[in-house]
Amino acid sequence: MAADHSSSDAHTAPTPHAHEEHHPDWGTYKWVALILTVITVGEVWIYYLPNFTSTRFFVPTLLTLSAVKFAIVVMFYMHLKYDAKLFRALFTGPLTIAIIAVISLLFLFGHLAIRA
Amino acid sequence: MASAALAHSHAPEHAHYTSTGLNSNKIAIWAFIGSECFFFASLISTYLIYKGRSIVGPFPHEACNPPVCATALKPILNIPVTSTSTFVLLMSSLAMVLAHSAVVRGDRKYSKIWLAMTALLGSTFLGFQAYEFTSFVHEGLKITTNLFGSSFFVLTGFHGAHVTAGVLWLMTLLFIDIRRGLAPRDAINVDCCALYWHFVDVVWIAIFTLVYLIK
Repeated sequence: MAADHSSSDAHTAPTPHAHEEHHPDWGTYKWVALILTVITVGEVWIYYLPNFTSTRFFVPTLLTLSAVKFAIVVMFYMHLKYDAKLFRALFTGPLTIAIIAVISLLFLFGHLAIRA
Repeated sequence: MASAALAHSHAPEHAHYTSTGLNSNKIAIWAFIGSECFFFASLISTYLIYKGRSIVGPFPHEACNPPVCATALKPILNIPVTSTSTFVLLMSSLAMVLAHSAVVRGDRKYSKIWLAMTALLGSTFLGFQAYEFTSFVHEGLKITTNLFGSSFFVLTGFHGAHVTAGVLWLMTLLFIDIRRGLAPRDAINVDCCALYWHFVDVVWIAIFTLVYLIK
């Protein structure tokens, strides 16, 4: 009986750091830093291309590159890819609402429009 | 058995674990970061709403000539300087993960080096921001000049205040590391600081694109 009780405790007791042990190593961090640097150089390079800045692809390209950098930092440096789902929910939930609020305000104040 | 004992030995002495098995400090910092998303979203949306609606110069990307401006003004944003400060902040994030990794390993020498490096790079970023603000004021852009000035200084100023808080947090950890050494049981405290620091970095990633690069 006592053995059953301890076994049950082992299954239900919180396990500190259970979700925190799968962090990337130096090699991953090095590659992440390199990719972030390359993307930043790419963003600035695009900014100085007059033929590209006048096209309709300029803003979407910059926003995509920025989103990729954002996601890389959050996944690898903030360990959200490896951490508990609760942390993911605590961050992505408010972030999603915040992004929707920004886009809604831009529609409301006429900076964005849906063309019929 | 040995790994369980090791995991237990890594747990901070006064750490509070919730019924989920997750550290309460870490849950709190993630909840705080979630709330900060709303804060910066409000500042970024204010900047974007006012973008292009300033009546008088200086303007961010366009030159301003008489009669709109009393004197001829060139585009005020200095992309090479801001690109360099962006690179500095990105590298500070790398230094931060290496500092956390050193604390987890119990490597006291490198934990001090990387914590000091992160604080130094953060301070360098603040130096770039101080230079940028000063040059803007000299070129005629103040917080009361136009809508661009108001929204720009409030947005980047609050980000700079967050970086300052992060540098103070890092220097506190460095002071503790020098005084008594940060052991693996302190890794959760360094992790909380690292999460805050990386969040400040990702906010700048968004600001750099939305404010500086998109014309």
